[in-house]
Amino acid sequence: MHMRLLNKASIRLSVVACVAILGSGCASTFESINPLADLEPWVKPYERSNLADPIMSMNRNPVALAYAKHVFESREGARGADGGAGGGCGCN
Amino acid sequence: MAAQVVVVAVTKKQTGTVIRRNLNRIKVAIGFLALVFSMLFIGSANAAVLPIERADVLYHSYEGDGVTIDGPSVLLRKNIAGKVSVSANYYVDTVSGASIDVRATASPYEEVRKEKTVGFDYLNEKTLLSTSFTNSSENDFEANSVYVGISQDFFGDLSTISLSYSKGWDVVGRRGDESFEEEADRQKFGLGFSQVATKSLIVGFNIEHISDEGYLNNPYRSVRFLDSTTDRGFSFATEKYPNTRSSTAYSINANYYLPYRAAIYGDARIYNDTWGIKAQNVKVGYIHPIEDDWIFEVFLRHYKQDKADFYQDLFSRPDEFNFMARDKEMSTYTGLTAGISVSYEWQFSQTAIFKKSAVHFEWDYMKFDYDDFRDATAQTPVGEEPLFGFSANVLRIFASIWY
Amino acid sequence: MTKMNTALITSISLNNASGASLRQWLMTSALALALTFTSISAIAKPTSGEQSPDFTLKSRDGGNIKLSEQRGNIVLVNFWASWCGPCREELPAFEKLYQEYQDLGVEILAVNVDSEAEKANVLLDDIEVSFPVLFDTSGEVSQLYDVSAMPTTVLVDRDGNVRLLHPGYRKGDEKKYEKAIKMLMRE
Repeated sequence: MHMRLLNKASIRLSVVACVAILGSGCASTFESINPLADLEPWVKPYERSNLADPIMSMNRNPVALAYAKHVFESREGARGADGGAGGGCGCN
Repeated sequence: MAAQVVVVAVTKKQTGTVIRRNLNRIKVAIGFLALVFSMLFIGSANAAVLPIERADVLYHSYEGDGVTIDGPSVLLRKNIAGKVSVSANYYVDTVSGASIDVRATASPYEEVRKEKTVGFDYLNEKTLLSTSFTNSSENDFEANSVYVGISQDFFGDLSTISLSYSKGWDVVGRRGDESFEEEADRQKFGLGFSQVATKSLIVGFNIEHISDEGYLNNPYRSVRFLDSTTDRGFSFATEKYPNTRSSTAYSINANYYLPYRAAIYGDARIYNDTWGIKAQNVKVGYIHPIEDDWIFEVFLRHYKQDKADFYQDLFSRPDEFNFMARDKEMSTYTGLTAGISVSYEWQFSQTAIFKKSAVHFEWDYMKFDYDDFRDATAQTPVGEEPLFGFSANVLRIFASIWY
Repeated sequence: MTKMNTALITSISLNNASGASLRQWLMTSALALALTFTSISAIAKPTSGEQSPDFTLKSRDGGNIKLSEQRGNIVLVNFWASWCGPCREELPAFEKLYQEYQDLGVEILAVNVDSEAEKANVLLDDIEVSFPVLFDTSGEVSQLYDVSAMPTTVLVDRDGNVRLLHPGYRKGDEKKYEKAIKMLMRE
């Protein structure tokens, strides 16, 4: 179906899609002008035991969280921005 | 070195504020180019993990306002070669009874909705790509949607940025009216950022912009208007909604680890949309494990909403405005939810096929109080019916196994 | 050691209210600026070719183990923790390597970085390992080697020089370590 976003209340949608491909040399050229280049991660990978604990997970039980989210969205007018990301053990 | 392809697609409708819009567009473009540049300088630390492999079988139940909706939800996830994760979810809602909206205008009904989702996650060094497809099907409504998301860990894995896009296609029908078929489309754009602040604290924020287009009201919902020719003093007419809706939600969240092994968490969100609805909600929770076996959790959530511009409990006449709604989800109200949950885990061996299993019991109590939605079934003079309110019990009982 | 990275970004669509779009723009640009300045992560030290920093740590058997005393052997130092998922897969792989190469002059030192030594048993109770397990509860040795990922594997040659510094673990990485060990054995 032809997607045309009507604009009765002057809503306009702009979509910017960027694709960036990195060269390996990019980082060093900016370090000299970067005043915060000395800023280093202040929590080391070996200090993350608390963060890796399952009780610190934003999404401990996905099947239950998805349902709870569905219940709120069905009963409420608001929607969106109700998920989290990140944390964890940072392992690989 | 760095090659960028920037594609800008813009739809212009009015010429009056073109310059302001272009300026805004440039701001967005600059903002996001800066975002892209920032992602160029990601260091060499490996990052991110695939979601954990597991299988869950859940029984869910919602009971309130004369309605019972329950059913199963089954989730399976398998990781392959440490790079790919596949998941599948099968979910069923069996609806019976009738909510206040239905009770005012019609009789109770039974209905079944089935939803299937398949998802793929791909992990490549620092980046996690996710995609999923969902189909939801019931006798008078069909929805399909696709989701893509990308998440990137950087700065020593202390920071995570994620972007998401989702597109949905709905086909809306109406029971008993074979010729009724409408469509609605939805797009969601999401941005998330999460930061490890200390060894015990993670904070984050999310922004999500959603826009809908098409037939956006519920074909069973009606508005009521004063009508002295009837006994009750009012009559019903089908709701008329705008055929576009655009919303933005901003949320922040935090998780804090307590030294005796427990966690407190909280989140807050503000929401507004082009229908005039403004909402805020806040949630705080506490998780308390005991040994390796038991995990207890409690939370409290408060939700407040201001009505849509075109919402009224009672209109003066059937075509009073271009847009008219009486759906209580469009009204002014507050909702309070309190939840408690307990789970018990069996730890097997880390090297065995099945590593651990658990059973969980979660119960939420929800209470809604409406400020401008009245109980039209009450036998009182028109417009003087009591303000409506109801409570609901939500259950989640499930078993999980990790492998 | 920066790597190629492809980022796909889709921006948020703006609604008409200029206040909202300004707010959004401010948030995203502030975010972008913050990211630009903070996204350069630490480069792991020591680097290949340099002398491996010496350390002495308590081992599981009770005694102390000093890295420099291993001179003459090829040493694989692995930093791991009980809460680290990939470590669970890695330890059995190292045990296999150890069984094969222990008699050929290869030593494996598994440095556990849990804040309490007993936590190491979460994995060790299930996974039998015959190589020494050392405890770096204070994180000093991890800091010395600027461990930038969990787990991290360091290969030290017979002269005590760092020859390989591998952050993270994926299934199959043990083959890389085996190849490196064989190469070092031929020297």
